[in-house]
Amino acid sequence: MESIIEVRDLHKSYGSVKAVDGVSFSVPRGICFGLLGPNGAGKTTTIEIMEGILRSDSGEVLFKGEPVGAHFKERVGIQFQSTALQDYITVRETLELFGSLYPHQRPIDEIIDICSLSDILDRDNKKLSGGQRQRMLLGLALVNDPELVFLDEPTTGLDPQARRNFWNLIGNIKADRKTIILTTHYMDEAEILCEEIAIMDHGRLIAQDSPPGLLSSNFEGVLVRIPVEQPPESLPERAVVKDGFLEIETNNVEEELRRLIDLHISLEGLSIHSADLDDLFLKLTGTSLRE
Amino acid sequence: MEFVRDRGTLIWNLAFPILLVFGFAFAFGGGGDDVFSVGYLGERPGDLEFFSLDHIDFVEYADRDEALEKVRYHQIDLVVDVPEQAFYVNESSTNGYLVRRLLTSMHGDRFVQQTVAGRPIRYVDWFVPGLIGMNMMFSGVFGVGFVLVRYRKNGVLKRLKATPVSALEFVSAQVASRFMIVVITSVVVFTATNFVLDFMMLGSYLLLLAITMLAVFCMISLGLIFATRIKSEELASGLMNVVTLPMILISGVFFSLEGSPPIVRTVSRIFPLTHFIDSARAVMLEGAGLAQVAPSMLVLAGFTVVFLITASMLFRWE
Repeated sequence: MESIIEVRDLHKSYGSVKAVDGVSFSVPRGICFGLLGPNGAGKTTTIEIMEGILRSDSGEVLFKGEPVGAHFKERVGIQFQSTALQDYITVRETLELFGSLYPHQRPIDEIIDICSLSDILDRDNKKLSGGQRQRMLLGLALVNDPELVFLDEPTTGLDPQARRNFWNLIGNIKADRKTIILTTHYMDEAEILCEEIAIMDHGRLIAQDSPPGLLSSNFEGVLVRIPVEQPPESLPERAVVKDGFLEIETNNVEEELRRLIDLHISLEGLSIHSADLDDLFLKLTGTSLRE
Repeated sequence: MEFVRDRGTLIWNLAFPILLVFGFAFAFGGGGDDVFSVGYLGERPGDLEFFSLDHIDFVEYADRDEALEKVRYHQIDLVVDVPEQAFYVNESSTNGYLVRRLLTSMHGDRFVQQTVAGRPIRYVDWFVPGLIGMNMMFSGVFGVGFVLVRYRKNGVLKRLKATPVSALEFVSAQVASRFMIVVITSVVVFTATNFVLDFMMLGSYLLLLAITMLAVFCMISLGLIFATRIKSEELASGLMNVVTLPMILISGVFFSLEGSPPIVRTVSRIFPLTHFIDSARAVMLEGAGLAQVAPSMLVLAGFTVVFLITASMLFRWE
């Protein structure tokens, strides 16, 4: 598939800390691409280099196969992780103000529709709740009818219901055939929204594929987990003890359980589930994504 | 801890009061308050007892007309023209009466009395350009400075950087809107108070407005320098105070610099505020025309250009 944006071998250091250390990937047009990783993995640095806000130490960003040019800013929409808005102006005025900064803009009524802003249009920016604010910022990212939308942790700090509402809005944008680049540290969010994800840790990409592809290439079968107070003396094959749980990845649950019983390991609290992105992350990085 | 760890703020909180004390000592340096102020033309006659009296501030004038203007508007109490062996006094001035009695009782036969008449310049006539200048300086420097620093700190600038707006466009818009606000408030303050107090106005209102607009632009450009890259509002405020307070102390807002040590007057010439106040006073109180205030206006324009160039070289979105 044709790629809308591509990064090649990005490097960025802050002093002796390598925030981004040789990252390359390309994003096909029309999908939602998730950039995942724990806090401090380099997600925001990577995305801000792509947006043109930060300068990389080396490496390049290609937009539709060309180096980023003068009109790049007119064709992309950006929602930063945290942005203050001018106080004392209303949501509608803010949208109009930002719209007027672009040569090409989308009618404000459409933006209001897509982002469900009609109830807060005349409210002062500083009186918005967290969820309303994120909807408003998403609206701002869309005022110029961009082909590519960057969303940097748009749902961090929102309550579960507000997050779900926000996912619906992202669904609206996807329905418009726009490409979305999303960073998040919520695995469920990535699993629901993204066609393709890349996982970052310590400034490097450690995996990239579709969510099912990543799971099937890293896990066979299901995970059996049992809470254990201390590691049993003898462990079954392929079993690992982590964070107070004994974990076994298996294709044959019955056989595995029989072996556990034979080893006199208590099955109290046992759970069996198919691997999800959280498990994948634990496996790949050794740390929990939710830390 | 925030107070201690925000180094910039801490330093300015310590350094600033210290500077302020020194500033005052500097401006008011050299003796206590003088009761009378006497001008003289020509060489100061050291042998005359009158000229060695304490508590009289003796000011030398090179130009007789200028000195007579001062007597006319009660800004000095008396002028002695040494080469002509005459003195000039305003008959409606009480201080002038006392100083005249002192002089004639000490050297009655030496100088011939001449009188000058004129309405006194009230302190308020003299003070209003200073007040407007001060107000204009604060809203110019702090207005632009604070807004941009706050926008930088809380990310509004970063968001704008993500749009096609250029730094020049954004800053010009900020300057233009602030310029209109400050000019309008200055005009409103002047007009409203003038309505009640009827200031002495010997010159042209148009020229006064032109000087005001130039000075507002200059102050805003000065504020821009602080707004270019500072991220902390506390540091910005400290630095802006360091620039604005000396201007208030020694540019003649509240008291005349005549009779201050020459070095104070020299220092005051490097402050844009001094040039505004001097030329506004010249227009209002002396009826000065464009030719007389042109040097000050050129200095203001020069400052503006220097400030703008400095600011544009230093500007950063983040």
